Amino acid sequence: MKKSNIKFQYKRYGENAILIQGPSEVDEILLENLLFYKKSIEKFYDELIVEVISSYNSLLIYYVSTIENVYDEILTLKSLFSGQFEDKVRKKRLWKVPVCYSNSLAPELSSFAVNKSMNIDEVISLHTTPLYTVYFIGFLPGFLYLGGLDEKLVTPRKSTPSQKLEQGSVAIGGNQTGVYPCDSPGGWHVIGKTPLRFFDVNSDNCCFASPGDKIQFISISENQYNDMSLLSNSDIVVPESDVI
Amino acid sequence: MISSVKIFASGLYTTIQDGGRFGYSKYGVPKSGAMDLKSFFLANAILNNDENCAVIEWTMIPPVLKFEGDTIVSVTGAVCVPFLNDAKQKMNCQLRVRKGDVLKLKNVTDGVFGFVGIKSGFQSEMLLGSRSQYNMITTSFVLRKNDTISYNNCVDFSATNSSVHVPVFWNKSNRICVFEGPEFDLLSDSQKELLLTTDFAISNTRNRMAIPLDGQLENELSSMMSSPVLPGTVQLTPSGLLIILMRDCQTTGGYPRILQLSKDAINVIAQKRVGERIRFEREFL
Repeated sequence: MKKSNIKFQYKRYGENAILIQGPSEVDEILLENLLFYKKSIEKFYDELIVEVISSYNSLLIYYVSTIENVYDEILTLKSLFSGQFEDKVRKKRLWKVPVCYSNSLAPELSSFAVNKSMNIDEVISLHTTPLYTVYFIGFLPGFLYLGGLDEKLVTPRKSTPSQKLEQGSVAIGGNQTGVYPCDSPGGWHVIGKTPLRFFDVNSDNCCFASPGDKIQFISISENQYNDMSLLSNSDIVVPESDVI
Repeated sequence: MISSVKIFASGLYTTIQDGGRFGYSKYGVPKSGAMDLKSFFLANAILNNDENCAVIEWTMIPPVLKFEGDTIVSVTGAVCVPFLNDAKQKMNCQLRVRKGDVLKLKNVTDGVFGFVGIKSGFQSEMLLGSRSQYNMITTSFVLRKNDTISYNNCVDFSATNSSVHVPVFWNKSNRICVFEGPEFDLLSDSQKELLLTTDFAISNTRNRMAIPLDGQLENELSSMMSSPVLPGTVQLTPSGLLIILMRDCQTTGGYPRILQLSKDAINVIAQKRVGERIRFEREFL
């Protein structure tokens, strides 16, 4: 994937940060370019001085101390994008995430299917087919922003959010799908549950997936779900994955 | 020697805090840290601690603490009267504590967040570079009655003839210094005018994540793509609600980021009580 001629805007964001903003779109080429940019910024600065927060189309460069000369700083940042583009910034992985799509674990599954005029198997098939792209992690520790939901599954969020979606809930909200890493209020429709933990402060990198990786959901039975839950309650369980 | 402090009464939303986490936003981990960093730094400065030593933070209702070993503590932040075993003490100075002493904080008259610093800092669990309590990261997210937190005894009271005392300073101003946020220019001229000339009241749904403001700004801007946010970011929701993000805020958000509070303004607004009115005052960087 070649570096495209993306126009970035540079904006000061308070005393300690600069925002680098690309076009407002969810796009894998933009993602690759942002990840390259992030990497070269992180290579240039000490990680104790600068932290980079990425999202769909922007990077927020947050400095430990007040930025003295923002124009110089922006020039430096601009120069960091002009380096040699490395396509393989990092080995990307495809993570296979087990999900139990059953009414006992996801009571809204049948009403979701009815609402979509589908049967449950069709919902499962449409949800397990795509390779979802991890764009970034935000909202909650370990919450992956995924792109690639099948249009047929797109459903508006609930007008009144539920008080509590349980940890591991696999849900759909608008054109997004995701996994709740902890119990949380939420307006998404829960269609399944994964026994995996998406955030573990005791594992080496807290969350197994990184931006740029792919996720595929694999349908499992309730028995498999229960076995895996027991395991992941006591151990750090990382799902199967392949380098892609 | 290691001692511990016991939480006799927990107060309200009492937590361990330090300067917070840096470098973990990539996992969606909030920064956390003391709500009023200025009072937090003062608590440590009084004790000649490293500036990032962990303190106890309380919210409106202070905890009661019993110390199991000799040490020195400091009380800063929300205005109150400290008592050691019923003997009246002062805020913002070194307080010597002997084994078995009980620290009570009474008569909270101003502010929201109070801090109790201790010589060399509280030695609670350190996770992702910080002792700040947060759900999913630390074992518990608040301190509860009968919890104990360890600290290193301080037996050296050698500086008996010297004392540090800082007068209680309090920012009474209702002016909150802000800079333009990334989406400020999406606002209409009349919205900008209203935003910077209206007195907004602190909503009663405030917490460590965010301070919503009462009163609305008529708004036609819709949500946007989820994008990075910071403590001090002022978001405008589609219904016209203004939300000031605070220390435990998410790393990304989907509402337009119309203002960014100055570093000090975050400390100032943290101490404003429900119903107090503030006005944004724009500055240019």
